[in-house]
Amino acid sequence: MMDLIFFPWQLFVIFVGLAGVMAFVGLNGLLLVYLDRKIAGFIQRRVGPYEVGPQGILQPVADGLKLLGKQIFTPKGADPALYWLAPMISITPAIVVFIAIPFGPNLQVINTNVGLILILAFTGINVLALCLGGWASQNKYALLGAARDIAQSVAYEIPLLLSVLPIIFLTGTFNLFDIASGQGAWPWQWYILHQPVAFLIFFVCILAETNRSPFDLPEGESELTAGFHTDYSGMAFALFFLAEYSYMVIGSCLIATIFLGGFQGPIASGAWWFLAKVYILLLIMIWIRWTFPRLRFDQLLNICWKWMIPIAVVNLLVTLAVISL
Amino acid sequence: MDLDRRLASSGDFYSQKFQTTEREDTLVLNLGPQHPSTHGVLRILLEIDGEYIVRAEPVLGYIHRMHEKIAEVMTYTQFAPYTGRIDYLHPLAWGWSHIGAVERLMDVQVPERAEYIRVITCELNRISSHLLWWGAYINDLGAFTPFFYAFDDREIISDILQRIIGSRLTFSFYRIGGVATDIDDRFVSETREFCNRMKERLKMYKALVTDNFIFRNRLEGIGEIPFETCRKYGATGPVVRGSGKAYDVRRSEPYSIYDRFDFEIPVYHTCDAMGRYLVRMDEIRESIKIIEQALDALPQGECLNRKAPKRPKPPPNDVYFAVEGGRGKVGAHLVSDGGRSPYRLKLRSPSYSNLSLFSEVAQGTLIADAISILGSLDLVIPEIDR
Repeated sequence: MMDLIFFPWQLFVIFVGLAGVMAFVGLNGLLLVYLDRKIAGFIQRRVGPYEVGPQGILQPVADGLKLLGKQIFTPKGADPALYWLAPMISITPAIVVFIAIPFGPNLQVINTNVGLILILAFTGINVLALCLGGWASQNKYALLGAARDIAQSVAYEIPLLLSVLPIIFLTGTFNLFDIASGQGAWPWQWYILHQPVAFLIFFVCILAETNRSPFDLPEGESELTAGFHTDYSGMAFALFFLAEYSYMVIGSCLIATIFLGGFQGPIASGAWWFLAKVYILLLIMIWIRWTFPRLRFDQLLNICWKWMIPIAVVNLLVTLAVISL
Repeated sequence: MDLDRRLASSGDFYSQKFQTTEREDTLVLNLGPQHPSTHGVLRILLEIDGEYIVRAEPVLGYIHRMHEKIAEVMTYTQFAPYTGRIDYLHPLAWGWSHIGAVERLMDVQVPERAEYIRVITCELNRISSHLLWWGAYINDLGAFTPFFYAFDDREIISDILQRIIGSRLTFSFYRIGGVATDIDDRFVSETREFCNRMKERLKMYKALVTDNFIFRNRLEGIGEIPFETCRKYGATGPVVRGSGKAYDVRRSEPYSIYDRFDFEIPVYHTCDAMGRYLVRMDEIRESIKIIEQALDALPQGECLNRKAPKRPKPPPNDVYFAVEGGRGKVGAHLVSDGGRSPYRLKLRSPSYSNLSLFSEVAQGTLIADAISILGSLDLVIPEIDR
């Protein structure tokens, strides 16, 4: 009977998974925009969004509708094909990589052996999108923002990978599900205590890779007005914006999976533990954003080349030595 | 090349006449007139090599409102409210420079109490000006939150002054021979309360911002202005005090009753943006000291000299009267030909001189540093153009 009707289960799972992931990204985007603004309001001693819906909960929806209604506009002198391609290149990997993240014991679209590599490789494509967007808009500020983004992302990829390697050596696998389930349920069994230095470097690199403050130089609004997305408006801008928040979520998911035990918790392990950890990390990112000033560009690169990479390498060597003993 | 011709014919007079260096791999960037960090309609033409600035040239005149010419067709009294529009952050200093010049021209006596009220309100206004600069400067450096904290404190000053003066921004409070309204007990108690609060807040500001690692790295050693450069361009105020010279009009040519108070002139010898930042933070503390002393010694009596002329007609003469504003030396050179309105009024604005040295200092710095230098000069654009 099974041979009569050929049904591609694998493809079906991926499609359903992608639909679920898209809904997850969209909902997360809405929630994060609201949280970001509300927490900013709390830190800055004001109310934050308040008018649309109870406690302003519908504000992100209103913002999204406003952006949808904007005219689609290509600036004079821009390269239309590249200009419109850039936001799509930015958002696509941000959605796709969620299929490899283990949200819960039975909640993972595809359990692949190269999950970690897949995520790190796909998120690297975002650099290309920002570069194209900045280049194609024929705007000097956008060009400067794109140049900054390339230098920053490329530099911070290195310590990012170097800080993951010790975990790979410890676990011996690139499979995110195995990495998560390899840790125990209690906080002292998580890899954050085995590899605190790697955790710190990884967290800072995630901040830099997602262009979050204090590393938000590509869009440093007091220097470059809006950086690489100066000329973007409407849905194109919204896609860049959504992609930025998605990369934040991806980064937090990776940290939660690799360092914080993933979906495991002291009582009743499951997806809720994973989400709680992710949201705590996101709140810390938002808190940092509203507290610190922005670094200067040469300082940013100095931190990477003079501090992060040497420390990550030393950490890696020490880990290797301990493992081989 | 078609593109070259198109680019050469684009832009306005200034961008076409902008003298770039001989190098071919540079980019001309128009910073302003609408840019988040120029805080107004200042425009700076930059020739950049990557992120490094090869040449910088400020373009002025976008908010030139002919205040000096307006003074020539107005009576001396009528011009007083205009002074508040020149520097909207420290309007009382500008008002004082004009009224003080008229008083000096006509030899009008000002009652004791009025002098004290002038000192108290002017120093409150200086604190509010420095607070706004503080918030805006840190906003330029990429931290948004301190801006709101600064406005929180500034709001109290605005409330205190609003009850007495009636406006919250472009104050016009000083009259020839005194001040417009007397202050009451509530003003005194509210001001004392504010002074106590502000001392605590300054500690918080230090912990939150001044001691911040990233913040210090963005300021220390950035935009070094040697004293010789300050002298060359006539820079005054916190800019010259951050370059190691204790020049303050309140001390060097004391006007009103400033010689009676015990206060320090903060000086830093580092010459960098951090020096100018710390000078302003210390000035807030010194202003609080002056206000507290003035409130303690506040005499009773009239707040306006009743014999002062309502429609002055001074004898032909010319006088110069300078006060210390939030940004430096605010001067009014008043020439009278014996008529009801001035023959000529020359306003000396400190921001104009302070901006002049920017193009020399910004050379060879990064764009981010140029923004930091620009912020540390504390420019108010309407004051530059007048």
